Amino acid sequence: MNFDRIREKLNILADAAKYDVSCASSGSDRTNKGKGLGNASKMGICHSYTADGRCVSLLKILLTNHCIFDCAYCVTRKSNDVPRAAFKVQEVVDLTINFYRRNYIEGLFLSSGIFKSPDHTMERLVSVAKKLREEENFNGYIHLKSIPGASDELMYEAGLYADRLSVNIEVPTISGLKLLAPDKKHEDFTKPMEKVKNEIVRYKSEHKIIKSTPKYAPAGQSTQMIVGATGESDKDIMYSAAYYYKTFHMKRVYYSGYVPVTHDSRLPAIGSQVPMLRENRLYQTDWLLRFYGFSIGEILNNRHPNLDMDVDPKLSWALRNLHHFPVDVNTVDKRLLARIPGIGMRSVDKIIKARKFRKLNWDHLKKIGVALNRAQYFMVCDSRHWERRDLDADKIKGMILQNSSGKFRNQYSTQLSLFN
Amino acid sequence: MNASTTLIYDGSFNGFLTAVFVAFDEKINVADIQKNNQSQSGLFSETETIFTHVEKAKRVWNGIRNRSHNAISNVYFAFLSEAEGVEMILYSYIQKLMRTKNGKYLDYSDSTVLYIAQLARKVGREKHRMEAFVRFQLTNDDIYFANIEPDFDVLPLISKHFRDRYADQKWLIYDVKRKYGIYYDLDHVEMVSLNLKDIHHNKTAKSDVFTHEEYEYQTLWNDYFKSTNIASRINPKLHTQHVPKRYWKYLSEKKEAV
Repeated sequence: MNFDRIREKLNILADAAKYDVSCASSGSDRTNKGKGLGNASKMGICHSYTADGRCVSLLKILLTNHCIFDCAYCVTRKSNDVPRAAFKVQEVVDLTINFYRRNYIEGLFLSSGIFKSPDHTMERLVSVAKKLREEENFNGYIHLKSIPGASDELMYEAGLYADRLSVNIEVPTISGLKLLAPDKKHEDFTKPMEKVKNEIVRYKSEHKIIKSTPKYAPAGQSTQMIVGATGESDKDIMYSAAYYYKTFHMKRVYYSGYVPVTHDSRLPAIGSQVPMLRENRLYQTDWLLRFYGFSIGEILNNRHPNLDMDVDPKLSWALRNLHHFPVDVNTVDKRLLARIPGIGMRSVDKIIKARKFRKLNWDHLKKIGVALNRAQYFMVCDSRHWERRDLDADKIKGMILQNSSGKFRNQYSTQLSLFN
Repeated sequence: MNASTTLIYDGSFNGFLTAVFVAFDEKINVADIQKNNQSQSGLFSETETIFTHVEKAKRVWNGIRNRSHNAISNVYFAFLSEAEGVEMILYSYIQKLMRTKNGKYLDYSDSTVLYIAQLARKVGREKHRMEAFVRFQLTNDDIYFANIEPDFDVLPLISKHFRDRYADQKWLIYDVKRKYGIYYDLDHVEMVSLNLKDIHHNKTAKSDVFTHEEYEYQTLWNDYFKSTNIASRINPKLHTQHVPKRYWKYLSEKKEAV
């Protein structure tokens, strides 16, 4: 193996792949077959973290950064003048196996620029996965990118070898897509998703009857949207995320604050700030939808098309709906308990179990890990002390902000700072 | 009231369970349970040395497990934390567990129960970290070797994970702090103790113990690690929160930072 050549390629192709946010290795329960190499960990493992704090779990590379498309937001767009490279199939296999044996990674995340045609590219991606599974008896995690416009037959084959498949829709609105990626059609993205979804459903139902049915993309599908590139509202983004969760049974939708990579009049200029706070609020909303039983219309609607920047979406919802509160944590049902700001799902679980034994007071809740600085205005417990004043939403918000600090506070505070 | 007694055990988990068995069996008023190498007798208590008895330990293990699977894993994980005085808290945890009918391990409003659950969680987190932060290096004898220095004694907990995953390669994970390791010989995992001349943490100098290719792959990995970083999103605080500095010396991608 020519290490110097590989090293050059790796630098180019890993650098180009880093804007894909997803690095999850969870959700698959593939086991090690016949004393081969590797298995998948259901909860996923992050083997390292980049200096920007993102998980490094998979070897995330492009097969090639040659591309026939010219999407404005993409660093490997045809018209961008960057060094190009391509891996051979065997080189990717060797790298994956050797990194895996040293416990650097959970598996492979293989994406690619589109060369010649979508089918041609997809075929190459599938052949890497096939080689890993069949020749190397590799049972670790494989995430393949579905190339927009790939044929159903190839998507079917991809699911047999990969744990997760994903297509990045990148631009949340169809009008934005026309503006930034004129070569791509919306249907090119949804067709592979639809195919994979149907196959997953089919394999699941077959598995119920025949236990030996092979796995088909056990970790499901995911997608990614760029935030802050085309001026869409939070409502646009979250409604389209909710649509993908519902229609295509997505395991995850990722939100990626747009990092300017090219000079283009349609996009924010190079050097403009990455909207990290907004990204954070979108993820919080995503969690509220998936785990806390909120419906999208409660958090974002025509009257509130954008999320509050200074408080989290759950607190913001609670402040708009003070008529639900205060509630008694010792009696309230799980659904409403999870809606109290400052109480997360872990605390909900602990509270529900603990209150079977005795009535809980402030001390118990504090030890369990509830963020009382927020929760105290919305709940009562087994104590004579609770918030008796008749406070309105602005007052509560002010008091919470005054008694807490947030890492993004300096980004939206109107207060001028004394030193700097 | 009987005079209180301090039980001395050999430091092993089975030894601890035997001590619990003896305490229940002989209705001893336990003052403390201590390891034999760090025992300290109290002014008003007698001491009794416990000899590890696997059968007795097994009865305690099964007794707790019959109450709840969750409780037995909490007990085992919390024991491996090696926290000072954890034996006595575990003893009172087991007493509470046995006294009530069921479900006591879920009473998070009881400070002992909450403490043990939280301690077990800490150990679980360390176990998960070690599954992530072990970095094997290929030696000339074809063994994948790694040193670790975990906060808690997690080797017994991670051995299954590595055995299942790396079934077709020989590997050895050595705990530098506790001076023992686990070795897999393609068949089963066994405990080993080594006379390590030097600890193989990150050095820029190459050792001839490892294959030549080993260093090439480390270079590739370090390059990859650098390439994945997005400079405009840098967040050192978050980074060290996920990868605390105490682990850096065993992570090859951190070679230059150390």
